[in-house]
Amino acid sequence: MLYRENGQFKTTYPADSQILPIRQDRVAMALLLIAAFVVVPLVSSEYLLRAIFIPFLILSLAALGLNVLVGYCGQISLGSGAFMAVGAYVAYNCQARVEGMPLIVSLLAGGLGATVLGVAFGLPSLRIKGLYLAVATLAAQFFVDWACLRLKWVTNDSTSGSVSVANLSIAGFPVESPGARYLLCLAFVVVFALGTKNIVRGHIGRSWMAMRDMDVAASVIGIRPVQAKLSAFAVSSFIIGVAGALWGFVHLGSWEPAAFGINRSFDLLFMVIIGGLGSISGAFFGAAFIVVLPLLLDKLPYWTGLPMDTATASHLALMIFGALIVFFLIKEPHGLARLWATAKEKLRLWPFPH
Amino acid sequence: MKTFLTCAALAALQFVAAPAAVAQAKEQFFPLLVYRTGPYSPNGTPWANGKQDYIKLINARDGGINGVKLTFEECETGYATDKGVECYERLKGKGASVFDPQATGITFALTDKVPNDKIPLITLGYGLSASADGGVFAWNFPLMGSYWTAADALIQHLGKKEGGLDKLKGKKIALVYHDSPFGKEPIPMLEERQKMHGFELIKIPVTAPGVEQKSAWLQVRQARPDYVLLWGWGVMNSTALKEAQATGYPREKMYGVWWSGAEPDVKDVGEGAKGYNALNLNTSGQSPKVIQDILKHVHDKGQGTGPKDEVGSVLYTRGLVIQALAVEAVRRAQERFGKGKVMTGEQVRWGLENLALDDKKLAALGLTGVIRPISTSCYDHQGSTSVRVHTWDGKQWAFSSDWYQADEQIIKPMVKAAADKYAAEKKLTRRTPAECQS
Repeated sequence: MLYRENGQFKTTYPADSQILPIRQDRVAMALLLIAAFVVVPLVSSEYLLRAIFIPFLILSLAALGLNVLVGYCGQISLGSGAFMAVGAYVAYNCQARVEGMPLIVSLLAGGLGATVLGVAFGLPSLRIKGLYLAVATLAAQFFVDWACLRLKWVTNDSTSGSVSVANLSIAGFPVESPGARYLLCLAFVVVFALGTKNIVRGHIGRSWMAMRDMDVAASVIGIRPVQAKLSAFAVSSFIIGVAGALWGFVHLGSWEPAAFGINRSFDLLFMVIIGGLGSISGAFFGAAFIVVLPLLLDKLPYWTGLPMDTATASHLALMIFGALIVFFLIKEPHGLARLWATAKEKLRLWPFPH
Repeated sequence: MKTFLTCAALAALQFVAAPAAVAQAKEQFFPLLVYRTGPYSPNGTPWANGKQDYIKLINARDGGINGVKLTFEECETGYATDKGVECYERLKGKGASVFDPQATGITFALTDKVPNDKIPLITLGYGLSASADGGVFAWNFPLMGSYWTAADALIQHLGKKEGGLDKLKGKKIALVYHDSPFGKEPIPMLEERQKMHGFELIKIPVTAPGVEQKSAWLQVRQARPDYVLLWGWGVMNSTALKEAQATGYPREKMYGVWWSGAEPDVKDVGEGAKGYNALNLNTSGQSPKVIQDILKHVHDKGQGTGPKDEVGSVLYTRGLVIQALAVEAVRRAQERFGKGKVMTGEQVRWGLENLALDDKKLAALGLTGVIRPISTSCYDHQGSTSVRVHTWDGKQWAFSSDWYQADEQIIKPMVKAAADKYAAEKKLTRRTPAECQS
């Protein structure tokens, strides 16, 4: 009923190849965007915006970037924390060293910095695959951790090794209020999600997927592994770098290298695996799962009114969270995005499944 | 599925509704950022217990502050900055008027946020050293000392040991530090002192959380420093002592900061830590009156937080002191803005800037001997830099030095320069005397 496609005829090729071919999907997406751009900033409390929506959006963006690499191109990376760090520190240096640098340019420069590093650490992927590549990208993580801690230049000679940014503004408009910060993140996420969706639908995305499914066969049919793999690394680390810059600038405001440690890399990898490898919506589902669920679990004892001390509650939240990860992976190894896709398929036939 | 949806809807409602439930009348809400889990929990737990017990004591013994009941809620940060920021946002909406972030990293992140929210931060003995300058850091209160005053006191102590600061010339002093803003903070002060006295400073970082220190202690063994300054927290401290024992470095020549000198740091090492020294801001033990009161009014009634025999440990007492100072700031603010009223963040800041706890007031609080008198002002957010050294004798901590004060000649210009640099970066202007009155 909901997804009745009767009467929706496609008479042109563009109509057939659009991102959302079903009208109901387009309406839903438009409503979602209106809700995200208008309703959420109007009705949400400061806590919701600052502590939930902003981190959720930024980590969705990072997961989106990682999904390009892991989900679409099949190259496992444990260096996403490092790429985020590079994005944040390059953006920071642009902002701190160049007077009057526009914020957006700094953030994009952060992405470019991460791209350079991503391509450099992507080079081993031409020779090694799978777990071995994961270990090689781990090197990026350790290298960047080391550089951010030790190279004084990176932190603009900050004595404590912690850097901070303030007075963010875009073309004279201050980006200080939670609403403004949220909208900035949302704009980045929407633009990048749309861009990524289009790349993965095009010939570049197809070459990534061919590479993922079987690299030998892909090169036999004329896809160059160097271009395919390195472009995946470049696009992926660019997006992750911008996410890192946003994480530092918009979410934390002041950060130290520990904010982009190895745990961040693992979190992102879990997001794409739980959310769904090789899907755009998977990044959002995964980020929601990893960011929002622990917060809800944290509040569980508070809602149920059980008297529980903080340590027990915190351990319990971790245990439930772990159990849920296992549960979802067993129930749907292809991730939450697949769960959604299955539901949608069923809805299209409902109420007359054949 | 339906129940799940209901749950989700309820959950969403809770999130939206939470900030509406701002502190009700006649209740002063204290947000407690704590870490009872993770590698720093052995040290974070007694600290958190001390804070909570003091709030319970004030409610049970005095019925609150001039009739205003104290309420609190804990939020687990795990010492992680992003979690700390989330906790801050969560508890801020519940009417928080003062925060003790319990971590230098979280302090750094919150320092940029509190001026907008007008909530003061108490960072007793930690945080940003430059924030002692209240003219620029209007909302930070590193009461009783910062890492610069700590480093200064340690060098003074070493100078005294050697028979004069000039005798430090040519000596080797190694700083084994937690590789984070917390561990790096003392470096500028040590470098300043190095220039003055001509000792050699060897900086040896230890990757957080500090469970793996083999290479650091190999460096210590190669360099053979005359003294080792330990700037660790959590498991790093006990690991360092065990490594020192394994390396054969004399513990008598090791000096920790005040976060590296509590029971959890040395208990596991026991005899092996004998002779190890650390700075200390407050006494330990159950003899002070305030501790006796807590045992009587809180623990004997079954309301205590944590085990009874840990009441009065070094970090427990420090947590208690932090909470006591926060409570006194509220009390001081009430004297000006109305007794028996709930104080806002701005009013509590006024209280923190006008703390005048002399011996008589400390005695009334039962804190005689626990801390030294504190007197803050609009420009001096530290109030006191007094600190002593205590030594572990294998069973307990015993004081082994007289009181030290940071050398104002050195520290004042450094704080001012650092604060001015910060102000320039953030485009802030110094507070005028008129602004100090509000």
